[in-house]
Amino acid sequence: MSTVAAPPLSAPAERIRGVLSAAPFSDRVEVRDLDLPTLEVAPSDWPAVARFLRDDPGCRYDLFLDLAGVDNLKRQGQKTRFEAVVHLHSLPRNEHVRVKVLLPDGSPPALPSARDVWPAADWFEREAFDLYGFDFPGHPNLRRILCHDAFVGHALRKDYAPGQRWFAAEEDMKMPAWSQETETRAGHFETQTLSIGPSHPATHGIIHLVARIDGERITRAETQIGYLHRCFEKMAETHTWNGVIPYADRLNYVSAMINGVGYVKAVERMLGVEIPERGVLARTILSEFSRIMDHCVNIGANLVDIGALTNFWYLYQPRETIYGLLEACCGARLTVSYVRVGGLAIDVPEDFVPRCRSLLDSIPKFLSDVDRLVTNNRIARNRLQGTGVVSKEQAIAWGLTGPMLRASGVPYDVRRARPYDFYDRFDWDVPISTEGDNFARYLVRMEEMRQSLSIIRQALEIFPAKGPVNSDDWHVVLPPKDAVYHDMESLIYHFKLVMEGIRVPRGERYDWIEGANGELGFYAISEGGGGPYRLKVRPPCFPMMAAFEKIIIGGTLSDAIATLGTLNIIAGELDR
Amino acid sequence: MFGRGKPLPGYDPKTGAGGTSDFLTTRLDKMVAWARSNSLWPLPFATACCGIEFMSVVSSHYDLSRFGAEVVRFSPRQADLLIVAGTVTDKMAPVLRKIYEEMPEPKWVISMGVCASSGGFYRAYHVTQGIDEIIPVDVYVPGCPPTPEELMYGIFELQRKIQSGELSRDRRSAKLAAESPA
Repeated sequence: MSTVAAPPLSAPAERIRGVLSAAPFSDRVEVRDLDLPTLEVAPSDWPAVARFLRDDPGCRYDLFLDLAGVDNLKRQGQKTRFEAVVHLHSLPRNEHVRVKVLLPDGSPPALPSARDVWPAADWFEREAFDLYGFDFPGHPNLRRILCHDAFVGHALRKDYAPGQRWFAAEEDMKMPAWSQETETRAGHFETQTLSIGPSHPATHGIIHLVARIDGERITRAETQIGYLHRCFEKMAETHTWNGVIPYADRLNYVSAMINGVGYVKAVERMLGVEIPERGVLARTILSEFSRIMDHCVNIGANLVDIGALTNFWYLYQPRETIYGLLEACCGARLTVSYVRVGGLAIDVPEDFVPRCRSLLDSIPKFLSDVDRLVTNNRIARNRLQGTGVVSKEQAIAWGLTGPMLRASGVPYDVRRARPYDFYDRFDWDVPISTEGDNFARYLVRMEEMRQSLSIIRQALEIFPAKGPVNSDDWHVVLPPKDAVYHDMESLIYHFKLVMEGIRVPRGERYDWIEGANGELGFYAISEGGGGPYRLKVRPPCFPMMAAFEKIIIGGTLSDAIATLGTLNIIAGELDR
Repeated sequence: MFGRGKPLPGYDPKTGAGGTSDFLTTRLDKMVAWARSNSLWPLPFATACCGIEFMSVVSSHYDLSRFGAEVVRFSPRQADLLIVAGTVTDKMAPVLRKIYEEMPEPKWVISMGVCASSGGFYRAYHVTQGIDEIIPVDVYVPGCPPTPEELMYGIFELQRKIQSGELSRDRRSAKLAAESPA
């Protein structure tokens, strides 16, 4: 019997294997070479592996990105039914790694909590408990997070029917246990428990904050989310690869284009499809405009919360003008569904470049108006400066990314750290601040909008006047309508794509881009069918919201409102 | 100047022309309906994407205040028009029901977007398949999300309904329940 030699590992995977060989558990950890170096560990080794990955000088995986449950019930050739897939990033080494904890069949499948290694794991573990029923021994607050408390079963398991609902009454809205107890201190009046939300003007979408206040100071807080959990991941499993795009657009609906681009990028890399330059640049230009829209709404809404309504009207106007451009491109304003796997739904309009240029001329004026109104405004400064402070170490431990991380002094921007599209061709800066307070986050966003304008300007210069926007691989992209009508082969391609969807080769992929509020990752598993077997989003605002209850402790209630505004929470992405 | 038995200035009783417009005659219920329809105080129950389009409707470009519905209130006690903008999940449904019940009469409900109207394309385990499962709805506005013009048209339709004296869905069902033999 001959054994087939394993193919050689890629350089990053080989390096990790070398580093791990010194560890006591090295013979029990299997290193595989997928799109990322992947470690396979047993639950009993997970705490030691986690500590090693965080602390060893050869690893230093300090940023906890994501924990995704996977149910292998309908998958061939897997070792166990359930696995917990963790994605980590190392800021010093600028590398991603994936760890799969293979869960032996048990009731319930369990793995130790990694919460004391990476505090960011807290909510991700609750989510895996909620949707997959994983048990995390050592987790102090393991209860449902997305589904309501009257829910029965674990919705993302493959044997759970997508449409099975459970009735929730008002008494099923559970408050945290600590909030039910009264607290008295000697020589002090009783503290109060305040419930803010889920429907409250300052909660930006629907978030429920339960805070214990002593006078005006918050002494304890807990946020409850899931009020907009509309089952993105389950819906993705029941649709074709292209059919997921409208759902993906409704994750961060304030900058819908970026979500679509992030999602199709993962699928395109699994397929190995290349997009023509014109298509890539059109995506880049519209993504950067979307980033500007997102920051406009974020800053505007934050200022409304602290009492500056006028700025909102100033900041909303550029958004309306950008809507005009998006509408010209695809007919929709907000949830554009403009990207497709392999390119764009339709070509950009003829006057795309002049339209973009006129926006480039008009937007700076709005920004300088807001700058004049706010940046040196004494009230705004008093409200924002020194409140909601997040130190560099805290930001990393809590798994923050995007403008929040950069405002705390960490220059991590995916567009720079791992340039995708043509971001390495443009000349632009990553704005950072070292203060880490609300005002720093405001300034970073203002500067990011200017950098986005600069990126758009450079992209327009190299934007080809003519040419295709779509790949010409008819296994992926619909052939032109004209060819479908006159050519048998194109008709067959069209029929197969519409009826069966794109055939993505079996495998898995984690792909990440810079969303408007942080690292937006998509972890896709394909079993070779027309749709995803599993699609997990790494939502940037999920760890931010988890950190919120820690940031606001000790501050006043009014500062908590100002802080919530600068986090940029989008409920569609937070709750999915 | 005004008084019993004194002619109004410039009024010609033979032709009916002239005079001042210091008063007009109408029926009280018409007058009240007119006033109500042009001073709606909306409570935006904005949960998702549609909430962003609602922001467009109230901000400077579309400017809903031109139609008397500008005073956006976040307290149900101060509002008479509930605009449900966005997906309502089963977790949120009891909250929506409670907010609706807290609003004083008379009150109307606009369901903005397909998610609020029917669950939209979220045929899923945690999404309420239309808010009319839990509260009565007066006007449904389709779209995902509706354009600002569509929402404004929905508000005009509601204004027309109010002016024509149609009862809101909630009071009509209450009336029917009271009249029907138990």
